[in-house]
Amino acid sequence: MKSDVKLFENGKRLDKRKIDELRKIKIEVGVLHRAEGSCYLEWGGNKVICAVYGPREAIPRHTQNPLKAIINAKYNMAAFSVEDRKRPGPDRRSREISKVISEAIEKVVLTEKFPRASIDVNIEILEAEAGTRCAGLTAAGVALADAGIPMKDIPVACAAGKIEDQIVLDLGKEEDNYGNADLPIAISPRTNEILLLQMDGHLTVKEFDKALDLAIKGCHDVSKIQQKALIEKYSKKMEA
Amino acid sequence: MSEEKREVVIPSQLLGKTKDKKAGKGTFVENGNIYAETIGVLNINSNQINVTALKGIYDPVKGDFVIGIVDEPMSSSWLVDINAPYPALLHVNEVPWDVEFNETEKYLNKGDCIMAKVLQVDLEKKLNITLKDRNLYKIKNGHLIEISPSKVPRIIGKKGSMISIIKKYTKCRIFVGQNGRIWVDGDKEGVEKVIDTIKIIDKESLSYGLTNKIEKMLKEVQ
Amino acid sequence: MTITPVIKRDYLSKLAEKGKRADGRKLNEFRDISIETNIISKAEGSARCKIGNTQVVVGIKMDVGEPYPDSPESAVMTTAAELIPLASPDFESGPPREDAIELARVVDRGIRESEVIELDKLCIEPNEKVWVVFIDIHVIDYDGNLFDAASLAALAALLTSKVPASRFEIGEDHPLPMKEPPVSCTSVKFNNVIVTDASLDEELIAEARLTVATDEKGDIRAMQKGLNGSFTVEEIKKVINDSIDNGKKIRQKLYKSVGK
Repeated sequence: MKSDVKLFENGKRLDKRKIDELRKIKIEVGVLHRAEGSCYLEWGGNKVICAVYGPREAIPRHTQNPLKAIINAKYNMAAFSVEDRKRPGPDRRSREISKVISEAIEKVVLTEKFPRASIDVNIEILEAEAGTRCAGLTAAGVALADAGIPMKDIPVACAAGKIEDQIVLDLGKEEDNYGNADLPIAISPRTNEILLLQMDGHLTVKEFDKALDLAIKGCHDVSKIQQKALIEKYSKKMEA
Repeated sequence: MSEEKREVVIPSQLLGKTKDKKAGKGTFVENGNIYAETIGVLNINSNQINVTALKGIYDPVKGDFVIGIVDEPMSSSWLVDINAPYPALLHVNEVPWDVEFNETEKYLNKGDCIMAKVLQVDLEKKLNITLKDRNLYKIKNGHLIEISPSKVPRIIGKKGSMISIIKKYTKCRIFVGQNGRIWVDGDKEGVEKVIDTIKIIDKESLSYGLTNKIEKMLKEVQ
Repeated sequence: MTITPVIKRDYLSKLAEKGKRADGRKLNEFRDISIETNIISKAEGSARCKIGNTQVVVGIKMDVGEPYPDSPESAVMTTAAELIPLASPDFESGPPREDAIELARVVDRGIRESEVIELDKLCIEPNEKVWVVFIDIHVIDYDGNLFDAASLAALAALLTSKVPASRFEIGEDHPLPMKEPPVSCTSVKFNNVIVTDASLDEELIAEARLTVATDEKGDIRAMQKGLNGSFTVEEIKKVINDSIDNGKKIRQKLYKSVGK
């Protein structure tokens, strides 16, 4: 999307970040009372809350898999989360995001331990500012761990993109609107396996490689924040 | 006696190698490496690495004693909620009464509590429970407390040490279900003491010397 | 669905007969209430209200639209509520069911019928353009008494809302014109005992529910009876009195949170 909006000023991004710098991230573990596991996450201007329920019997019966649990992730944006109020209810975009997030999580959860069950992951975007699916999946990873769901790894997501021919990490709002490419990914940080990958825009193969590397590095940085939040929360319980 | 290291570990954390130790509960193995699969407390002894889960739902095992809440009476069985991912089936053949076809409601109705035992868990995690055992019956009075199933071992204590102390000083009858449900009956003060004590154990389950602390606290309030 | 065991029901009833509740509160006492405003910077107004463990987030969005034909110089106000699956293992995803609809409509009436928002001060061009106020209630943790938590969050959000006139190039941003709001107080009845601000356990065994909204003069501005049980006339009068008392205390908390 060509436009007159300048995304670089004196070599710096609009919000003064370096090209490989993440926005500020804050993670709180176990914030909801009813959910088995939960997480509140702020990422730049994004405010996300995630709750995990289950494993519990999958209903309706016909959705049950006799060999393993199904992951039912639902991504939803609150009506007041965006500049122009969004009508409540899932739209096609939300349903697609729910699907790719479910698939990413399925790869790392030890689903064979719970045949016929479903693990419900509810991601609610309370305030949106570019990169909500990455924020949502990152929060989901923490909530799943908080719920005691057995996993091979805690999934984490981050995006890279191209603005004015420069590959940058973690696109902000204007960069997402006026940039040339957006590449959100999710990985299993222990093995670097890619669990989610979407791309829109225009990238040469070289640019893609650069963006992928940068996004993976970003994922690892975010993963450290997830781990720290979880260990701190549970270690506190030991100091009585 | 090796004092266990109380370190919190998270899923995917590398704990050791299969060539040195056996992979125990709460772990998974990949390429000869042992990793944690849930958030929990690391437990390494001379030949095994275990992770004691700090959270998580109740995963029924054959032989477990549980407290169930009846959900639905059917023609010759009842569906019972035992706080597991799946409802458990109680068949009329597994109760001490002679139940005619379609008369299940006469004996157990929605909301009734029972002390039961897990009879069978099949590959698809279909669960069957039984009331046919001398300690099992329908609960009539008393109070139900719910805690996270992962805390049950702490409430019971090593060789029953914790639960014996609670019973001794409160003079209450207590039945601890493996599924995180605890039944208490006794005089009002005793029941309140039990409820408060369990709340404290739940909160401070990871701290050292908890058994002594609880014994001291209960002695003082005598 | 969460089933309440019979012995729990008996336990709560026995306690209530002695004037006590499981968490030590008096029969007509509220849990701790906390209100935080301006939590969603993109919204024109927002608030989060916690009553005990129940948490509700309300966002206020505004847009320019056409007035209703029968009130050509009045702003339009609409309230929606979502009982999202996040908040409880018993909430399902999908279009709002009757409980969400009832919640939205009761909160809406409490605000609309008492004319809390001065809708006639929000006309831009008579017959053509007025402000549209969207009140979106998002329940995020359900532990009993959604009516009061949602209503308080909505009021706190409205009282701190700014009309985004500059974004629409109609003028300068200014606070949403509001009058003194009525405060709602909800009680439930089980086994012939009435308790205020029911916890989840109490709500699950409730037979009847009564919400009363009162203003600072102690007058009644809205009422709603719910569930399929009944109240005697004396019970209703007692609930009204308790609601007036509780209303006064809650109003102070509300004003403190919005900086009045």
